[in-house]
Amino acid sequence: MAAISVARSSCGLINGFKVSLRSVARVKYGAVSVTVPQTSLHRSCRWYSVSHLSVKERIDQKREAALQGGGQQRIEAQHKRGKLTARERVQLLLDPESFVETDMFVEHRCADFGMEQDRNKFPGDSVVTGRGRINGRLVYVFSQDFTVFGGSLSGAHAQKICKIMDQAMTVGAPVIGLNDSGGARIQEGVESLAGYADIFLRNVMASGVIPQISLIMGPCAGGAVYSPALTDFTFMVKDTSYLFITGPDVVKSVTNEDVTQEELGGAKTHTTVSGVAHRAFENDIEALLNLREFFNFLPLSNQDPAVTFALIELITNPILFCLMSHLFFSDRLVPSLDNIVPLESTKAYDMLDIIHAIVDEREFFEIMPNYAKNIVVGFARMNGRTVGIVGNQPKVASGCLDINSSVKGARFVRFCDAFNIPIITFVDVPGFLPGTAQEYGGIIRHGAKLLFAFAEATVPKITIITRKAYGGAYDVMSSKHLRGDVNYAWPTAEVAVMGAKGAVQIIFRGKENQAEAEAEYVEKFANPFPAAVRGFVDDIIEPATTRKKICQDLEVLASKKQVNPWKKHANIPL
Amino acid sequence: MKKNALKSSSKTSKENIRLYLNFNERLFVAYLDIYLFLRISNEVRLCVCVCVCVCVCVCVCVCVCVCVCVCVCVCVCVCVCACVRACANSKVVLCALQCSPLQSRCCVVQREAQYSTISSPNEKVIKTCKKMGIQTVAVHSDVDSSAVHVKMADEAVCVGSAPTSKSYLNMDAIMDAIRVTGAQAVHPGYGFLSENKEFAKRLAAEGVAFIGPDTHAIQAMGDKIESKLIAKAAKVNTIPGFDGVVKTAEEAVKIAQQIGYPVMIKASAGGGGKGMRIAWNDEETREGFRFSSQEAASSFGDDRLLIEKYIDNPRHIEIQVLADKHGNALWLNERECSIQRRNQKVVEEAPSTFLDPVTRRAMGEQAVQLAKAVHYSSAGTVEFLVDSKKNFYFLEMNTRLQVEHPITECITGLDLVEQMIRVAKGYQLQHTQEDIPINGWAIECRVYAEDPYKSFGLPSIGRLSQYQEPLNLDKVRVDSGIQEGSDISIYYDPMISKLITYGATRAEALGRMEDALDNYVIRGVTHNIPLLREIITHPRFVSGHISTNFLPEVYPDGFKGHQLEADAKRELLASAAVLYIAAELRSAKVLSTQRVASTPVECSHWELCVELGEERQDVQISKSGTVYTVEIDGAKVEVWGALNLASPLLPLTVNGTHRMLQCLSRDAAGGIVLQYLGTLFKVRVLSKLAAELNSYMPEKASEDTSSILRSPMPGTVVAVSVKPGDTVAEGQEICVIEAMKMQNSLTAVKQAKVKSVHCKPGETVGEGDLLVELE
Repeated sequence: MAAISVARSSCGLINGFKVSLRSVARVKYGAVSVTVPQTSLHRSCRWYSVSHLSVKERIDQKREAALQGGGQQRIEAQHKRGKLTARERVQLLLDPESFVETDMFVEHRCADFGMEQDRNKFPGDSVVTGRGRINGRLVYVFSQDFTVFGGSLSGAHAQKICKIMDQAMTVGAPVIGLNDSGGARIQEGVESLAGYADIFLRNVMASGVIPQISLIMGPCAGGAVYSPALTDFTFMVKDTSYLFITGPDVVKSVTNEDVTQEELGGAKTHTTVSGVAHRAFENDIEALLNLREFFNFLPLSNQDPAVTFALIELITNPILFCLMSHLFFSDRLVPSLDNIVPLESTKAYDMLDIIHAIVDEREFFEIMPNYAKNIVVGFARMNGRTVGIVGNQPKVASGCLDINSSVKGARFVRFCDAFNIPIITFVDVPGFLPGTAQEYGGIIRHGAKLLFAFAEATVPKITIITRKAYGGAYDVMSSKHLRGDVNYAWPTAEVAVMGAKGAVQIIFRGKENQAEAEAEYVEKFANPFPAAVRGFVDDIIEPATTRKKICQDLEVLASKKQVNPWKKHANIPL
Repeated sequence: MKKNALKSSSKTSKENIRLYLNFNERLFVAYLDIYLFLRISNEVRLCVCVCVCVCVCVCVCVCVCVCVCVCVCVCVCVCVCACVRACANSKVVLCALQCSPLQSRCCVVQREAQYSTISSPNEKVIKTCKKMGIQTVAVHSDVDSSAVHVKMADEAVCVGSAPTSKSYLNMDAIMDAIRVTGAQAVHPGYGFLSENKEFAKRLAAEGVAFIGPDTHAIQAMGDKIESKLIAKAAKVNTIPGFDGVVKTAEEAVKIAQQIGYPVMIKASAGGGGKGMRIAWNDEETREGFRFSSQEAASSFGDDRLLIEKYIDNPRHIEIQVLADKHGNALWLNERECSIQRRNQKVVEEAPSTFLDPVTRRAMGEQAVQLAKAVHYSSAGTVEFLVDSKKNFYFLEMNTRLQVEHPITECITGLDLVEQMIRVAKGYQLQHTQEDIPINGWAIECRVYAEDPYKSFGLPSIGRLSQYQEPLNLDKVRVDSGIQEGSDISIYYDPMISKLITYGATRAEALGRMEDALDNYVIRGVTHNIPLLREIITHPRFVSGHISTNFLPEVYPDGFKGHQLEADAKRELLASAAVLYIAAELRSAKVLSTQRVASTPVECSHWELCVELGEERQDVQISKSGTVYTVEIDGAKVEVWGALNLASPLLPLTVNGTHRMLQCLSRDAAGGIVLQYLGTLFKVRVLSKLAAELNSYMPEKASEDTSSILRSPMPGTVVAVSVKPGDTVAEGQEICVIEAMKMQNSLTAVKQAKVKSVHCKPGETVGEGDLLVELE
């Protein structure tokens, strides 16, 4: 018995030595020699204050264990899959030394199936939560730890997430979720399901209050997928992340379809086919660095105005200043826009060329670049101020509106409206896409979403008609009639009910001289005048001056105040 | 027409003035592969001059010159309007004559101005015409409707759709345009119809002046076989070869064997390297014959070929001649055009480092002899091949203004376009041989939209999303027909501009060229600036030890871009790291009242990791004031400068040396593409943590390229020689792509069976498009 206690105490001694070494080492390197006499001092104290030290020991032990997650072996396995650990991800996402962790000591509360054993308890459980800063701006983060029970969601896990979400709501700061979880903790049963529901509720409550971003960095299956789906933006990592309701095995047994994980719910599927994810990145590091960049565009909450950045460090050299001033000042002209719209109205051009040329530093963070490519949406800055940009893309399907592009556009417009981000719309739209596929798919109610979103938005809305604005699509695309604040037309603009050929076939049905009638129609309608004389566009501007005009308008509209009538909430045609 | 003008001039109402304008003298001019029409009227001349004055007022230097012109014109006009209206009908050159004493006095000023800050586009002919008070009409194809020359000219006429055969080679349309606008003279520019005798004949039949030599001279010199005979007769040295048209491939082989390899097969009607091939054996002769005749047919509508001895290691030196209609002729010194790829010139200079005054005089005199022998008038170029012993052989005579003429203008001070217009009007030359100086040194680089990494330049297309010419630099001239936003299409020559620098010495001109290339911003298309900058800084070029084989000799394995030495690499990495830090610092600067950390972390020291290719380097950066000190590999690099993230140009001072870098792109994941010493380098900057973690990221497998054939450039498929199921041998031709008038044969990399064919003849393909899949 005595021998055992001696052994224990000596063991404790060694531990104590280790701890003190570590604590000293943290303060300053190279002070080891000083620690030796201290250790002997510890020893004398030790006999009288066992309990105090053992708590400290236990704290340190727990902290140590929490930092290790599921253990070195599992960390290596995670690395082998080309994935980073939960903590590495947080470190990379946030500014150095800015992460403040909460709930490091929370453990799961399951007592069934041997889960109560010490070896199955991991301090912090399968998620790392806390707050930190990205470029100095506050953000709350949770990062699921795949090394602990495959990142599965226990009651405790959910509770931790809920805690930071609640706090994020009260202080008004965004929440970023780094998802890497195998699903519900089956051992916990309904408690795990309750946990999901708690998170969903908070996602919904926070929606439109603080920006919520999900980055899927591993599997995310079953009920778990609804949390990312409820957030504002979902990003994925190529080849290592999956999102699906039911996996390939279940699919096979129910519908007898053979499908791989990647095909069913990989990054490519969700960014090109389903439109579930907004963007995908090559690997963890690129994803996290891009997320940092993306975060710069967002306000912290719906109470904050759009973010404005200082554009440049002042250039002290006056010669260089003169040489370059045209490049960054808001009133710089963009001569390349003068001939961007081709003469033939059937010829395509790239709307991204216009966007890149107009925005600050040619920097445009495109949302859903590979889904419904006939509409372009994304964030950019004008004179340092974040703006949301919506543009029809004439290069793809002539830039017409269809089901997918309407939904894509509508969701983006609503996000901008919720977070005070001004919307700039570039219009070149020949109309809605005809066909049975579209009609059966419900283009009417889906198209109505975009119309609804634009009409409802009270943020500054600036519209530039670059070429075609035909039919109902003209009304939809942030027209003057939907409370557009400033609507411009380029000289190439054609605002009409439809293109000349179709119109002539209807107006002059059965008559000869169609060509002549067509020419007359073109003369009358294929120009910006019909809209301009009625005041539906505020001005016809030279394309080169577009940036200058937008920057001036944004400055004026910064103080825009517009309130929709009181309602519990609107009833958007979902 | 003269009568009409006189009649109308006797009336004074406004309508009549309009009438008068319509019937007044007109000239028809084209330049840079594009046609312009010129018109003159004294009233209009006043307007034009005033306009020019207003336009160019920005440039003080030019202002002086133009003001003088305006004075002259006002005098002319006042006297004309007040006195006799018939005087108003005075000829183009009358005006030029009246102005000429003043102009020659202004010449120095003008030249200065051209080198400094003219902000307007550089369409030389139109500029010269405006200077001379001549109105211009441009012709263009539909895709060129917003081109610079169209905007500059007083009038523009569309002559057809994009393919050259339907527009710029469409004589009927051009003749119509001449008739409609009433132009009186045509300047054919270079290329297209500039050396077409048929065109000159048709113009003569209509009584329209052709600003160029007579039909006779074009015909004599345009045909390479005839030109050689004439040259021989005029006692000009010629290359041994076969004086006749070669009809079949077999005949070509026979003749080639007689002359002895290597031989040159070229189109009889050709020029500019098109339809030209060198053969070293029988097999290549057959192949060359086939391609050359096809190219000749498609480019010139004439598939006659000839063969001659190919001189190894030669220099291409040409003499500029200028002759009038009175039998006077001058030689305006030489241009060294030896730096070529695929027989097309890339870098030219005047004078040549190789010629001594004796050889120069001998070449000049022979060139003048030839010009006189064909009763040449206007500006022309006699091309010679010069071997290492300074023996020179007549190659051909170009009866047009050449692309590289500006360098001759630089060193002689003559405006060749002006001289051509004067000569066309029948005036005698203003200068004598003794008046022709060699002042300083001029270099011209041809900036092409092409990828220099693929056989020294395969065409690329695209839209110039950003374009900024280095006109802020002293003694740099840029002649271009494009502007920001222009499209480089597959239909025409991919030349973006001619970049000319001038200096008192060759070293000075070369130094300026380096700066100019570094300051030249071209985005949206791949361009050959990396290659140009490498050439002009290569020790062999700098020492003047060059030949037409320069490129293949210096870069036997193809051009690979600038090879960085340790110092230069450190500079590049340091610049990239500093740019990264600048962007990071900017991101942390939130202007509005956003909630940020109350105690912002004032960081002035960073640890980063910079990757270039496979190589990784840890760097430490510290910032004090505006100076960044970057520690790489034990060495310190100091960097400071205007880190303007919006600017494509990045003027930095690195270790005390000024460096103009360009930033092409910057992404969130640390990827930075910099243009440094002309070449593009992809650098990746990561924080130390990210770099450590990056080692866990898997390498993603790239596509196997040996079994697929992609189009190396945008163009049109001319022929597909295989069909699915065929077995192809290594090196066997799979298909032929024509781009920018060059036919390129694509061959199999390995022996394989053809799986599928994704293109058909006549189709337009983009760069990287899948053409054929092999199994």
